[in-house]
Amino acid sequence: MNARRASWLVVGLLLTALALAALGVCVGSAGFENLIGPLLNPEADPADTAMAQQIVWEIRLPRTLGAWGAGALLGLAGAVAQGLFRNPLADPFLLGSASGASLGVALALAAMGGGAGMLGAGMMNSGVAVSVFSSSVWVRLGLTGAAFGGAVLAVLLTLLLSRGVQHTLRLLLAGVVVGVVLGAMTHLVLLFSPESLQAMQAFMLGSTSFVGWTACVLMVAVWALCALAAWLLARVLDGLSLGDATARSLGLPLGPMRAALVAVLALATGTAVAQTGLIAFVGLAAPHLVRSMVKTTSARLMLLASCMGGALLMAADTLARWLIAPQELPVGVLTAVLGGGYLLWLMQRNTRVSRGAGL
Amino acid sequence: MNAIAIEARGLSARLGDAHILHNITLALPRARWTCIVGPNGAGKSTLLKALAGLLPHSGGVALLGRPLADWPSRQRAQQLAWLGQNESSGDDLTVWDVAMLGRLPHQAWLSPPSAADHAAVERALRATQAWDWRARSLGQLSGGERQRVLLARALAVEAQVLLMDEPLANLDPPHQADWLDLVQALVREGKTVVSVLHEIAMALHADELVVMAQGRITHQGLCAEPTTHRALEAVFDHRIEVHALQGQWVALPRATSSLVKPHHAD
Repeated sequence: MNARRASWLVVGLLLTALALAALGVCVGSAGFENLIGPLLNPEADPADTAMAQQIVWEIRLPRTLGAWGAGALLGLAGAVAQGLFRNPLADPFLLGSASGASLGVALALAAMGGGAGMLGAGMMNSGVAVSVFSSSVWVRLGLTGAAFGGAVLAVLLTLLLSRGVQHTLRLLLAGVVVGVVLGAMTHLVLLFSPESLQAMQAFMLGSTSFVGWTACVLMVAVWALCALAAWLLARVLDGLSLGDATARSLGLPLGPMRAALVAVLALATGTAVAQTGLIAFVGLAAPHLVRSMVKTTSARLMLLASCMGGALLMAADTLARWLIAPQELPVGVLTAVLGGGYLLWLMQRNTRVSRGAGL
Repeated sequence: MNAIAIEARGLSARLGDAHILHNITLALPRARWTCIVGPNGAGKSTLLKALAGLLPHSGGVALLGRPLADWPSRQRAQQLAWLGQNESSGDDLTVWDVAMLGRLPHQAWLSPPSAADHAAVERALRATQAWDWRARSLGQLSGGERQRVLLARALAVEAQVLLMDEPLANLDPPHQADWLDLVQALVREGKTVVSVLHEIAMALHADELVVMAQGRITHQGLCAEPTTHRALEAVFDHRIEVHALQGQWVALPRATSSLVKPHHAD
């Protein structure tokens, strides 16, 4: 029954994403009528039609699909983190991996001096500008690699400080400390490279406005890779849900599989952060929302959390563009406000439930 | 066939800085139910974990005549099943999914559960009377119901040796009696059961008792032997007495005079 329910939920979330994609393409600073009119009217001015096509194809469609990709990556990373660390509060931000990824991107940009350096003079001569807005494949891969490296180092640092994953409180405290320290280091790096400050500011607030087709394809490709790896490792997460001793007694090689899951977590977080900046709470909320609807195995939970994360970020992105149109809010700010409220509601509900159980 | 299921020689273990087990040597017979008993902090659970290879230790442990370290992990998991104390939640998994985890050692990495796996899980869930809740999630069950599902998970392994740490936790008396029947049936099938129990009355139904205090074994012997009863009484500071009652051994608490105040009716 749960399997059937999970399948229906996947279908529902994908249909929601499709509807949100259609809506997302229509919402933005160029009004709906200015866009749809030239596209649907064969007698419209060819210049207006070309402009409308360019807005839809070059800007809105990639950023809308990119929002799904980033949300799916963060949802997947959240489900992996919560299963791996057996903690419902674990998410890419709480473990410091998002801050590590952000530091990686800032360091990469600073090392390139806002355009030179990392990719070599040849790349610069060929006219490729290195910035968070760049749509060059090499720049996107370079930034993703830097974010991945930063995320891996941050998770390892968190694990080192917490001396393993056995003590939840120590793990979360270590994650918070690493997140704060790496966040401060990111600001320090930006202080010394003022040329990348403005772009990084938008990046730090989280935004899908830099997402072009390259970033979009990269995110979907990495999501497919991470989802496959996570699916292959899902049995470990199921085993771990009964505790370390039981998982080991079942013959599961926990060491290498934990390392592989940390790599999946870091790659998913790093890729999302490198394309869209810091977008909080999607990784935390997506698995929780799925769990409130269906109880299922880790394999299905990770797939569902991905679909939920994608739909959530698409919805938040559309809302961020519509709320103060023709201006737009950074989507990271919106997810932080909505996600923070959701977390508070979750905590209050859990307190009520435990009080009720105590009576 | 080796007559010894698990053997330990010079087994010592630490938890942090504390030395918990001191140079333990013991042999647990095959096709028997052995119960490890002793006061709180005696090292019973640590010993069971060390015997299962789930805890770093010095000294040697052999499973079915072969050193534990020489067993490939999957083969070892097929031969030795573990039911831990306070196993963490897994609240999102259904009862069926939890029991199916017991079949992991028998499944190739990506292969789906076979008909034999399904049959083993059904047998285990029926044996613990958890079959009717197979579609419910673990989080929806009471403590006792959850314990029966976790027991089913351990039974589903269908291992030769079953180690259980406090398996009666949260079980009501009828289900404790069911557990007893289950263990005795397993032993009749030739399986070896080793359990840590706090319920001395239940432990006295075992074939053998291992009595522990302060990280050492003070006695190992048949449950019916008077020397075992005396060792059991001694390890609990003679605050219990073992008596025969209707063909069974029972342990009754013995109140000391300092704790018993004369009752004056008003």
